[in-house]
Amino acid sequence: MRVAETNIADELKKVFAGGVIACQQTVDRVPTVWVDPERAADVLRYLRSGIESPYSLLFDLTAVDERIRKYRGGQPDADFTVVYHLMSLGRNEDIRIKTGLKGDYPSTHSVTGIWPNADWYEREAWDMFGITFEGHPHLRRILMPPTWEGHPLRKEHPARATEIGPFRLPAAREEEEQKALRFRPEEWGMKRHGEDTDFMFLNLGPQHPGTHGLLRIILELDGEEIVDSVLDIGYHHRGAEKMAERQSWHTFIPYTDRIDYLGGVLNNMPYVLAVEQLAGIEVPEKAQVIRVMMCELFRIASHLVWYGTFAQDVGALSPVFYMFTDREKVFQIVEAVSGGRMHPSWFRIGGVAHDLPVGWDRLVGEFLDYLPPRLDEYDGMVMKNSILRARTKGIGSYTLQEAVDWGVTGPGLRACGLEWDFRKKRPYSGYELFEFDVPTAVHGDCYDRALVRVEEMRQSLRIIGQCLKNMPEGPYKSDHPLATPPRKERTMHDIETLITHFLNVSWGPVIPAGESSFAIEAAKGCNGYYLIGDGGTTSYRTRIRTPSFTHLQMVPHISRGLMIADLMAILGSIDFVLADVDR
Amino acid sequence: MSGMIEKLLIVGIVLGGALFIASGLIWLERRLLGLWQDRYGPNRVGPFGTFQVVADMIKVFTKEDWVPPFADKAVFVIAPAVIVATILMPFAVIPFAPALQVIDLNVGLLFFLAMSALGVYSVTLAGWSSASKYSLLGGLRAAAQMLSYEVFMGLSLVGVVLLSGSFSLGRIVEAQQGLWFCIPQFFGLVVFVIAGVAETHRLPFDLPEAESELVAGFHSEYSGMKFGMFFVGEYLGVTLISAMITTLFFGGWMGPFLPPAVWFLIKTFFFICFFILLRASLPRPRYDQLMALGWKVMLPLSLMNIVITGGILLARG
Repeated sequence: MRVAETNIADELKKVFAGGVIACQQTVDRVPTVWVDPERAADVLRYLRSGIESPYSLLFDLTAVDERIRKYRGGQPDADFTVVYHLMSLGRNEDIRIKTGLKGDYPSTHSVTGIWPNADWYEREAWDMFGITFEGHPHLRRILMPPTWEGHPLRKEHPARATEIGPFRLPAAREEEEQKALRFRPEEWGMKRHGEDTDFMFLNLGPQHPGTHGLLRIILELDGEEIVDSVLDIGYHHRGAEKMAERQSWHTFIPYTDRIDYLGGVLNNMPYVLAVEQLAGIEVPEKAQVIRVMMCELFRIASHLVWYGTFAQDVGALSPVFYMFTDREKVFQIVEAVSGGRMHPSWFRIGGVAHDLPVGWDRLVGEFLDYLPPRLDEYDGMVMKNSILRARTKGIGSYTLQEAVDWGVTGPGLRACGLEWDFRKKRPYSGYELFEFDVPTAVHGDCYDRALVRVEEMRQSLRIIGQCLKNMPEGPYKSDHPLATPPRKERTMHDIETLITHFLNVSWGPVIPAGESSFAIEAAKGCNGYYLIGDGGTTSYRTRIRTPSFTHLQMVPHISRGLMIADLMAILGSIDFVLADVDR
Repeated sequence: MSGMIEKLLIVGIVLGGALFIASGLIWLERRLLGLWQDRYGPNRVGPFGTFQVVADMIKVFTKEDWVPPFADKAVFVIAPAVIVATILMPFAVIPFAPALQVIDLNVGLLFFLAMSALGVYSVTLAGWSSASKYSLLGGLRAAAQMLSYEVFMGLSLVGVVLLSGSFSLGRIVEAQQGLWFCIPQFFGLVVFVIAGVAETHRLPFDLPEAESELVAGFHSEYSGMKFGMFFVGEYLGVTLISAMITTLFFGGWMGPFLPPAVWFLIKTFFFICFFILLRASLPRPRYDQLMALGWKVMLPLSLMNIVITGGILLARG
């Protein structure tokens, strides 16, 4: 993360005398300010709109159960901490505001009035920790089933099925569960009747070909026109953040692959970067370039799936077959390099799993020749098709301001005309050494979002071409003792490295205590990991900030007044993965 | 008596032929889509996978014939039968060859239009009786779409009738002796083909089904043989519209060297393949866009066609 040049923490202290309790040093050097819970909303509002080039994007909102944390490093006393991670696009800086709450089921003020996208974040924090946000319009479960007992991310909540007894679903309970899922419009402030019409409530999903996974959308329809909608997510929730508290730092890597299951190693990237930041590991040059190359290959693979399914959502049958064929070519390279395909879990703390195989350059070179003419053909088949244009231009559009309000990042933000790409703005893993453009568009509608992604594939090819030409020599993994697993060849020479190897492989590395976050430009937007280490072999708290979660939240806002067919185009153009939403 | 047997024989040939072609289309469409989409399609059962149709039929026949408890049972059962019946009827008036025609009605063209208009009932009733919201939306879309495209379909054929001076399909084919109507009635052809695609609700005009939006729309709740009827009905519809395009605009059975029936089949298959190619290449417009195209483009186009054709005929005397 970028270091703050102007000292915002001092400014806050001056303006909110007494409101600011402490400033915390974190490994990622994001200014972290502890604020009195009573003044938190004021501080946040000030940061949002009271200063020049404000922190207008609510990047993340989450909580930490602090009750059994050992190394708190002089932080103010708290049982639970609510963490607001804000981003300023103008300053290209971040700030983290923390409020410490006392009690077993504490409460604090909602910030839904300041940022619309705080809605789902606060519901999630309530669902996971049992923290009440006063003033929240619909504070109810979001990821867990409505009948769930307990709040999973609390430390006392069991993490394994074996800890809570066998699961049974007798007929009576099944009925009760189904009843709980029934939609009652009144609970969401919806009306059943309009001025002179009765509204129809259509349950779209959880099984529906247009939702690309388990997503339930309840539509309030006037004819075929969408009056309002409510999204019901959580069907794909696997508790990845809870699992991170049980898995060693190393063995959590495969879980990250499955967060955005189309992104492969793009998911490993922010996680290993955050861990390396926490452990102070420098990654060798070659490993960095390999990582960049693999990430860009997966960006293309992810965009190709999006391209095909987007066309299919608009009704075109054929493109998806061509694009899956192309994606197969990407997977051939991935397979040759890593042995895996969709989920290679190939990045390691301190580098990558193996060196590149002999002949990788030929495979990559062939792919670089293969794809561009195919992309040109798809331009004619999909992007220039007049029916597709009519279906997507001016549909589901939002302004740059709205995008920032709702926390949109990635292609969705660039489609509004802002050239914001983490690879350019906050280069990581050596992206500053590559030449590539950041494609943007103007209108922020479905068509423009598509346009940006199509152009991004060409830019990714450019980056891969530069990796191919300039692949450095050297080790593929760091020599740092915490790099996992340590390089085997050295362990046979002295007992010290043998012991380290043994410990790192059996228990996993002991990463120093501290807090670290890292955000990268993933295929769907900004993917970030916020890790809290407590000096153990597992993380104390792992927060996964995914782009799909925020983007999907915006759907009701941009689909009002449109038709069902438009909703499908919007869902297609947002490019979300339900596993990335629910984690 | 021999005339009677001959007639029955022709009925048998036409009925059997239409059903055979329609079921064969299931295989043909999947193979052609496979070809155009860089994949194989069914190629395991029998030579080139042709027995896939038989396998599909066994599957459809032996599936549980389920009627949802919330459906309007009588209507739910009748709806799929209506579509097959109304699409099979017009085959009676199509001249496949000079002697191969069940009956040459002097209002054959009107009979075709009337029957295809009745087909709307099937889809609408299916959508209504299913008592499912998706089916209902599909049924409503079908009603609006097919009713409006019915209008242009009728109007697009007025030019053909003006030129041939008859509603009899046999006479219309004979009137194309020197010049196929696809040239003087080019706009009529365009409107008829588009309306035909909409009538058979095939992609890009498959809005009543709209797989990615309405999850099969009007036949969401159907399974087993009742679904099979809709399925075969769709292919029968494609065959019918292709046969009508051949008859009305491309000289029907006329052609050199080969026997007339063969010419008719060749031409019909060409248009069937065209239908499948459309499905492979085009996205689906939105419901209101489809309606706008119908009333704002197709209607003026077909009216203009009538005025010009009529004007030329008048001027010629």
